[in-house]
Parts: sequence; C-alpha cells; structure tokens
Amino acid sequence: MENIQTAGSQHHEPEFNTKPIWRTFWILLGITLVELVLATIHLKTGFPPKFVLNGVYLILTCAKAFYIIAEFMHLRHELKNLIMTVAIPATLFIWFIISFLYEGNSYKELRNRYDRHHLEMSKEKAPAAEGEHEGHEPAAKKPGAAE
Amino acid sequence: MAHSVPAGQKWWSGGKSPFNVEYGKLMMWYFLMSDAFTFGAFLISYGSIRFATNGWPDPNEVFRAFPLMGETHLPLVFVSLMTFILIMSSVTMVLAVAAGHQNDRKKVTFYMILTIIGGFMFLGCQAWEWTHLHSEGAWWGKNPFVNADGSAATTNFTNFFFTITGFHGFHVFSGVIINIIMLIKNLRGDFDKRGHYLMIEKAGLYWHFVDLVWVFVFTCFYLL
Repeated sequence: MENIQTAGSQHHEPEFNTKPIWRTFWILLGITLVELVLATIHLKTGFPPKFVLNGVYLILTCAKAFYIIAEFMHLRHELKNLIMTVAIPATLFIWFIISFLYEGNSYKELRNRYDRHHLEMSKEKAPAAEGEHEGHEPAAKKPGAAE
Repeated sequence: MAHSVPAGQKWWSGGKSPFNVEYGKLMMWYFLMSDAFTFGAFLISYGSIRFATNGWPDPNEVFRAFPLMGETHLPLVFVSLMTFILIMSSVTMVLAVAAGHQNDRKKVTFYMILTIIGGFMFLGCQAWEWTHLHSEGAWWGKNPFVNADGSAATTNFTNFFFTITGFHGFHVFSGVIINIIMLIKNLRGDFDKRGHYLMIEKAGLYWHFVDLVWVFVFTCFYLL
C-alpha cells in the first residue's frame, strides 16, 4: 500500500472494466423479471401463498440491493475499512424493521381486542360510491388534506 | 488495491489513508448513509402502519393501468418498465464513470447524456402515474380505493404512497440536475483540466443510490 495518495491519482485503478457492469445489469433485470413472473402466477392461480411470496420478494430485493451497492457503487472493490464503515451502521435496519413491524402488529391486536367498535367498523363494507370522481366535493375533504 | 494490503496493516497510526478514497467521495458515502436512514424511516413507518391496520388496498388493483391502453388490467407492467428505465440509466452512469477512469471525455459526455435521458424518462413515467391516480380521486388525504376485502380503507395508503414516491421522485429530479451540471462541466473540459473525473464518480454514487431506493420502494408498494 502506498502512502497517502488518493485523490487525483488516476493510475491506480485499472481494474474498472465494463464486463461486470453488464453482468450486473442482466442479473438485476433477471431478478426483476422473476419477481414479475411470480406475481403474475400468484394473481392467476394463487399458488405460492402470499406470505411465502413476500419472503421471496424480500430476499430478491436484498439481492438486488447487494448487486447495486457492490458493483454499481463499486463498494466491493474498496478497502475493507470503507466497506465496514458503511455496512455496520446499515445492520441497524435489521433491528428497526423487526421491532417496528412487531410494534405495529401488537398495536393492531390490542386495539382489536379492547376496541370492539373499531373491529366492527373495519369489517364493514365500503359505501358503493367509492372510486367515482367526486374528490373535489367538500364532503370528501378530510382534515390535513393537501390543496 | 484491496488485494495488495499486507495482513496486520496498522491503518490508524498515521501515514496511511485508511479508506483510500478522496475526501468528497467518503463524504458522499456518509451523506448517502444518512439519506438511507431517512428513506428507511419512511418505509419502516409505512410498514408499521400497515401492520397496525386491519385492511389494506390490493396494490394489483390500484396500480393496474398503462399509458394509452385505456381501462386495462395490467398490474405491475408499468412499474416494471419504470424499474427497467432506472436500472438502465444506472448502467449508463457506471459506463460514464468507467470512461472517466480512462479520461475519455467524449465517452463521458455520451453516457452522461444517456443517463440524463433515462432520468427524464423515469420522471415522465412518474408524472403520468401521479396524474392517473389523481384523476381517479387519489391524493394526500383522499383515498378512493377500498381494501382488498371490500371494507373502507384509511387515507394512510395514499398518504404514504404520495409522500414516499414523491420524496424519491424529488431525489431523481435533483439527481438529474446534478448530472446536467456534471455534463456541462465535462463539456467545458473542467475535469480534463483537473486531471481526474472524481466528480462524475460522486454524482454516480448519488444516482445509483436513487436506483437503490427505488428497488425498495418497488418492493414495498407494488409487490408486498
């Protein structure tokens, strides 16, 4: 390793070739198409149950994210120090996702258990006029609506 | 570079650059980290609210339209096209960065123009989608769509959709502006004078980040 010599020294990165870029492109395109096909099969036949499919989607999404960060953003070819300074804080997301989704679910269940009125209301069918173009009537306006 | 590092290298005792990247590029990485947490907070609060709500609209019923196709039922087709456009413009951006490494100014110009066109195409698609949803009566605080089981939905669905895709679209827009500035600087020969194309690389990092966020938005809103 040379001493401090980073900016402006364009000679030390000859390995930036375009072949892995196109390979990454095909991988990303392929994953997106697989997601599209799985979703279409699910809509037509309902075969892979939705919760299985959601797990598959999450894995495929993480795979896409990995390829974008590693190849397009070139992080894989940086020093380990730089990789870790990005990767370690990102692991906080694992905790965020688990705890916040758990909290949301727990709120729903407690509310359904203790607020029966809410549960009844949320089972009621929507009025038939939904989906029509009456969005500009004052009746449809809610507090906090934009415009 | 990474392969030539001897084992047990003392990075932090001075004399070496522990990250071996230019200051601005490192700061771009840290900015993107903070931005990732902003988007993460948006998407996680969306997930949290969705888990806390009894019913939720079926995305395949809401996002089923395609331009110039009238009243068709084509779920996911249009967003897949948007995803393809963004991935494609990400590819041209890396090619511009690679051309910058070879100090090839003409090629950088060519690929930057392609990237900017891709960005505008994505923004156009998003403008169409927003216009279409708005014409169906969806907006902040207004949700014409019912839940998958037919019960009345809350406005959280549209609020989160417009806020998050809007925030992402704003990032795409500023990315396009940054890319245009880089293109102008490249046409003026600023990077040749400087002797390196690191600015293209930093703009590229931002652009790929926008693509990265879209991957998650795509999954959270259209697939799950």
